[in-house]
Amino acid sequence: MKNRIIKVDQLARVEGEGAVFVKISEGKVTDVKFKIFEPPRFFEAFLRGRDYSEAPDITARICGICPVAYQMSAVTAMEDAFEIEVDGQLRELRKLLYCGEWIESHVLHIYLLHAPDFLGYEDALLLAKDQPDLVKKALRMKKIGNDLMTLIGGREIHPINVKVGGFYRVPTESELEKKLDELKWGLEGAIETAKLVNTFEFPDFEVDYEFVSLKYPHEYPLIGGRFVSSSGLDIAIREYEFHFEERHIPHSNALHSVEKGKGPYAVGPLARFNLSFDTLSETAKQVARDIGVAPVVKNPFKSIVVRAIETIHAYQEAIRIINQYEMPGQPSVEIQPQSGIGFGASEAPRGTLYHRYRVNDDGTILDAKIVPPTAQNQPTIENDLRLFVSANVDLPREKLTWKAEQAVRNYDPCISCATHFVTLEKE
Amino acid sequence: MPAKKPKLAVFKFASCDGCQLSLLDAEDELLPVAGAVEIANFPEASRRVLRGPYDIGLVEGSITTPHDVERIRHIRKECKVLITIGACATAGGIQALRNWKDVKEFTRLVYASPEHISTLDRSMPVGSYVHVDFELRGCPINKYQLLEVVNAYLNKRKPNIPAHSLCIDCKTKGNICVMVAKGTPCLGPVTQVGCGAICPSFNRGCYGCFGPMENPNPASLSKQLKELEMGNHDIMLLFRGFNAYAEAFRKESDAHEK
Repeated sequence: MKNRIIKVDQLARVEGEGAVFVKISEGKVTDVKFKIFEPPRFFEAFLRGRDYSEAPDITARICGICPVAYQMSAVTAMEDAFEIEVDGQLRELRKLLYCGEWIESHVLHIYLLHAPDFLGYEDALLLAKDQPDLVKKALRMKKIGNDLMTLIGGREIHPINVKVGGFYRVPTESELEKKLDELKWGLEGAIETAKLVNTFEFPDFEVDYEFVSLKYPHEYPLIGGRFVSSSGLDIAIREYEFHFEERHIPHSNALHSVEKGKGPYAVGPLARFNLSFDTLSETAKQVARDIGVAPVVKNPFKSIVVRAIETIHAYQEAIRIINQYEMPGQPSVEIQPQSGIGFGASEAPRGTLYHRYRVNDDGTILDAKIVPPTAQNQPTIENDLRLFVSANVDLPREKLTWKAEQAVRNYDPCISCATHFVTLEKE
Repeated sequence: MPAKKPKLAVFKFASCDGCQLSLLDAEDELLPVAGAVEIANFPEASRRVLRGPYDIGLVEGSITTPHDVERIRHIRKECKVLITIGACATAGGIQALRNWKDVKEFTRLVYASPEHISTLDRSMPVGSYVHVDFELRGCPINKYQLLEVVNAYLNKRKPNIPAHSLCIDCKTKGNICVMVAKGTPCLGPVTQVGCGAICPSFNRGCYGCFGPMENPNPASLSKQLKELEMGNHDIMLLFRGFNAYAEAFRKESDAHEK
């Protein structure tokens, strides 16, 4: 009983994805690994020699769940290299597309990936057998996000309409206005969602995290801004690599990020909420206050509530942008490639995504660096597992295993499917 | 007693997850699908795993590690019908760009400790290792085509997935040809339909997400691209994209290298 191993039986069942390994000796956690087995795909290497204009489409293929995040970080990095600013309605449209991705991804995670843990179901399809109306509502909420992405981006997975400088085609006012009714319905749905998930039972578990996110003067973080942290860091995006570094460790095909001189840090909904609460939409702030959720949220299991509050924000922001939309005269700003280094960052639903490119004067990419949110959260996830399992070593095997999976899912890792096969074994 | 529902399993290799996500993105159809089949193994959606054999296996991703090879052979034995979904599984995906390079050099560029990384020299489609019953194209796949293919196999009929060029769909939509009217390079004439001709509808040239059409003539298209004053290097890049290792695109990109 005292010596146990919680691990993923990845060889037989989940090769190519992620895994959890926790070793317990004499009632104490002695080893923790959140492994990423996703085989390497070498994006940074084969971006070399490609044209700058291909970066948003190529990097989108890193993640089918948050392609817009990759596209936004890529285009803003390229625009930084070429000293071009895309603002006004074009920037608003980018945010609107991104709101679609936030809605789709957050609702997917809240209802289809995370809520089943709290409600004791193995998946949302089994949940649908008992609560069909709840799952149908979730799917409709999610679809509103996808529809927005399809309208602006051409399709929901790997949109085709994003380019360095803006878009290939911009929507008309009336095309966008047609989405308002569903968005308003979705906003109500998101408010109900926040109230519902706040009634879930949360483990009594808090961690003093170093939170890191982007911050923007009068906007909730989405595209660009500055990097800030809960310990007072406040730097330009181009200074990121002076303060953070990636380490390559044996058990992972992802690189681990740490803050230099400080160690692990957390990106994602909790970080954004805790560092930028004031810039949430009015309704999002009001609902948060009503249900008693205020910064600093330190319980990672409550990320589902914060995700719901961010979903309210995304719906409301989408409605605001559409109401104020005036179709731009040109779908994009003209681009004149020049040699240089560009830095870009944006807030993927699951956390900050950083890109850096060096390009030559004809726009050929010389080298690229990409730091995805899950790589940044990986050491923090391991830390959570260590603390959580340590505090719950007496739980029965089945329950501890499931809770350990849930502790990983708190972060909505891009390899979310990776951690669904944890088994608990005696050593 | 009701008939036993057919078992559906989803497997992932090197990929972005987008193609299997298409199943969850079929919001209006997901619950009816879950009613028609037993979702027996779908890690992205469920922690529940039912043992094989499976009636239908959907495979996403390309084969890039020695272990992948063993695993796909085992999966083939477990699945009565094996359907590959997406450009990675059907053509090696964007990560097949490594096939033109020294993969050890790639590993050094991305990872500080390359000795920890196990990988094959090439990223290959599933069909180069095992028999595949149907290859569904796209980067990403079209979710309605996915539903059509699953539906067809459940009902023991041939899937209705057209293999003609994108140009046909583009004309049907009433789009003005971006290449003829604006001189925008477009892979539409050699690319299989499936996406709904999205790019030309957004004033952009097709970049070949659905791979080569049946009997394409890429050399003829290249000639046309040269008339648009496109250089060899840019033509090479255009063909060497998300379906770079599909034979017709591979040969055409090679023909324009250097």
